[in-house]
Amino acid sequence: MAKIYFENPDKCALIKARPETVSFLLNYSKSLEIVKFDGLSFENNLN
Amino acid sequence: MELQIDDSVLVRDYMNGDERALELLISKHNQRISSFIYSKVMDREITEDIFQDTFIKVIRTLKRGTYSEEGKFLPWVMRIAHNLIIDHFRKNRRMPRFEGNDDFNIFSLICDDRLNAERQIIKDQIDSDLELLIEELPEDQRTVLIMRIYRDMSFKEISENTGVSINTALGRMRYALINLRKIIERNNIVLTN
Repeated sequence: MAKIYFENPDKCALIKARPETVSFLLNYSKSLEIVKFDGLSFENNLN
Repeated sequence: MELQIDDSVLVRDYMNGDERALELLISKHNQRISSFIYSKVMDREITEDIFQDTFIKVIRTLKRGTYSEEGKFLPWVMRIAHNLIIDHFRKNRRMPRFEGNDDFNIFSLICDDRLNAERQIIKDQIDSDLELLIEELPEDQRTVLIMRIYRDMSFKEISENTGVSINTALGRMRYALINLRKIIERNNIVLTN
């Protein structure tokens, strides 16, 4: 039984997304602007 | 001690334009979401990609104002991540990915042996130049060379077809090559690529 439970201990690894990924997401969020007009919404990405 | 602000407050602040709220949300749930994705895909790079795509969806939904606080924020994000993980496996099943290693490289089996466009043009040019040069050779030498090189005939077959001995055919071939080299040198022709 123990063998089954510990077959892949990596599955329980605690990891975090890299700071670059987080930084990209924050920059993406800052650059994204949603403009709503006449019931339609338009995405502007101001990079 | 760090003050834990409720997710719903952070979501509302972010929807009202507070970018710092997103940073707090990501930092608060980073480990949980990343570990969840990693436990399914077991690949660090794919985990980064799916984490990024998940939050891009979150950001777009929140910025559009289409997010409704029916459930909790984290289960919603986890559901997005879960759907993207399924998409990832579906995509890989349609288009299986094979990665070679040091012992075996798939490209050694499936490589394309054809010349690229530039090399093909150069080869065609050389072939046509060579045909013109062969035309300059005396008739008997030209016949032997064409039979040997272009028709891949043996010297025995050449001798039978031309009615000369094998030694004569060999001699004509030798002189054909010597004369070709002379013509090339005399005219400063470059036949290599």
